[in-house]
Amino acid sequence: MSEEKTDQMSVGEQGVEWMTRDGDNLILNIGPTHPATHGVFRVVVELDGEIIVNCDNQIGFLHRCFEKESENTTWTEVIPYTDRLNYVSPLMNNVGYVMAVEKLIGIEVPERAQFIRTIICELNRIWDHLLCIGAALVDLGALTNFWYFWRPREDIYDLVEELTGARLTTCYTRIGGLMADLNEGWIEKARHAIRSTIPQAIRDVDRLVTKNRIFMDRTIGVGPISSEDAIAWGFTGPCLRAAGVPYDLRKDQPYLVYDRFDFDIPITDNGDTYDRYLIRMEEMWQSLRILEQAFNQLPGGPVNVENWDVILPPKDEVYENIEALMAHFKLIMEGIKVPPGEVYHATEAANGELGFYIISTGEGIPYKIKVRPPCFAIFSALPEMVKGHMVADLIAVMSSLNIIAGELER
Amino acid sequence: MSQESSLLSLLKKRFADDVLETHSFKGDDTAVVKKDKILDVLQFLRDDPGTFFDFLMDVTAVDWLGKEPRFEVVYHLYSSKNNHRIRVKTHVPEENAEIETATGIWKGANWFEREVWDMYGIRIKGHPDLRRILMYDGFEGHPLRKDYQKDLRQPTVLSLDFPDPRKDVRRVIKATDLMRGGEPEQIQGESGKEE
Repeated sequence: MSEEKTDQMSVGEQGVEWMTRDGDNLILNIGPTHPATHGVFRVVVELDGEIIVNCDNQIGFLHRCFEKESENTTWTEVIPYTDRLNYVSPLMNNVGYVMAVEKLIGIEVPERAQFIRTIICELNRIWDHLLCIGAALVDLGALTNFWYFWRPREDIYDLVEELTGARLTTCYTRIGGLMADLNEGWIEKARHAIRSTIPQAIRDVDRLVTKNRIFMDRTIGVGPISSEDAIAWGFTGPCLRAAGVPYDLRKDQPYLVYDRFDFDIPITDNGDTYDRYLIRMEEMWQSLRILEQAFNQLPGGPVNVENWDVILPPKDEVYENIEALMAHFKLIMEGIKVPPGEVYHATEAANGELGFYIISTGEGIPYKIKVRPPCFAIFSALPEMVKGHMVADLIAVMSSLNIIAGELER
Repeated sequence: MSQESSLLSLLKKRFADDVLETHSFKGDDTAVVKKDKILDVLQFLRDDPGTFFDFLMDVTAVDWLGKEPRFEVVYHLYSSKNNHRIRVKTHVPEENAEIETATGIWKGANWFEREVWDMYGIRIKGHPDLRRILMYDGFEGHPLRKDYQKDLRQPTVLSLDFPDPRKDVRRVIKATDLMRGGEPEQIQGESGKEE
């Protein structure tokens, strides 16, 4: 490839030539809004026939200044922003953020809250994987599976709606506990969902897709990544485990109550699109196992710490007790006074390691919050993964990586 | 004592003069190293069997406006073999804010370092592709610097590809004109009128 062509690809400075013929190669623009991008990002590919010679992926179209905004709000007011990071798994972001802040303050939430957090995280993992696999299959032309997965997702949405009051922007956790305890009868509904509709749908799609000749031809050997490369690029989550690295924070550095459950971490060897599909399917079964055990072991007791420096006092106390009224006022007006220091806390989100690096100077507002989004590292490796493949494979690879623009660009 | 402190003492033994400070706060091991030795330290941390930090999890910067040196660049590393983490920090002064790239050690540093440049204006020396990543070309300033006003507005769509709409004659096409088969009406832009 000549020098001039390379210059043509440095799109950022010059602006891309839309659909121009450049010698023999075609430069094709995909995105920022394109049905296959599932969000707003842009991939510019240089094609020789149908083979991808060069690829440049650009992000930033959905940048919402999460970090700048959070430096100007109280610690509690950041929680609703975290819903919108990865809008497919808002509950996991809620949990990841508050756990980082709790680590810095040095409080441990009651056991029941830890169980509920584990339950909502695993429910959310299933929800995320259902969407990822469903949408990836739509991109390959298999629309039916998406609707097969829609039913259990709707059940999970209903459960989440009943629990949090919102279907998507949940904002369920609080620093030091949860917004509310589980509703009466919620466990029974959830248990019904994880025993009937969810496994039924996974089984249906498994039978339709896993040994499907067309699907296997489209995905086996497509977009593979070796375990060395995956590590060097900072892959985490299902994409890393598909490349054969058994790294999962739930096992390696257990948080919440994951060490009390019996579950396995699936891995595969090839790191291609098909393996990433298999990993996600198996992880849903494992999440169901965790949920079943968590429902059985769920202890009673409070869900919030009894510390009015971080948690709002109960309303009847606020009306009658001057101490409670003061605590309420100070929490609302000044925010939680997080002690000075810096911590990094990582949790295993559906896409991989979701890390929060937070710095406090002891005031009511954060000095800095940096999110380490899992798909940021994964998406940066896309050009290396698709070079030499066909342009249709690019779509298959992109959807198997499960890139969520909200989390990518924050 | 524990694995953590042995890790920091190992690092201190190997780089006696270059490690400025170490501490373990809330279980997070942190080492502050000299800026010009940062690549040596990172390379050592990745390759030495005692440390073996094969994952670069995150690169970011912190703006301590009013302090000297003003910036900190922060690396978070993870070792899958030994299952431990470390945070490596280095100070970067405000004038000629620049740091060597870690892309030669971990490929994944590429985008994280682009974000550091984009958000904090710390130039990454030797980076293969130092473009803005979250902001667009033509954006002025670096938004996560503490002296960047939160409510500052900048025009977003005046890209190189398109002429400035305020200077051009605008064409207004009314649906009724087209239905009547008439020519689309042309009106002057506001700045055009003044000229």
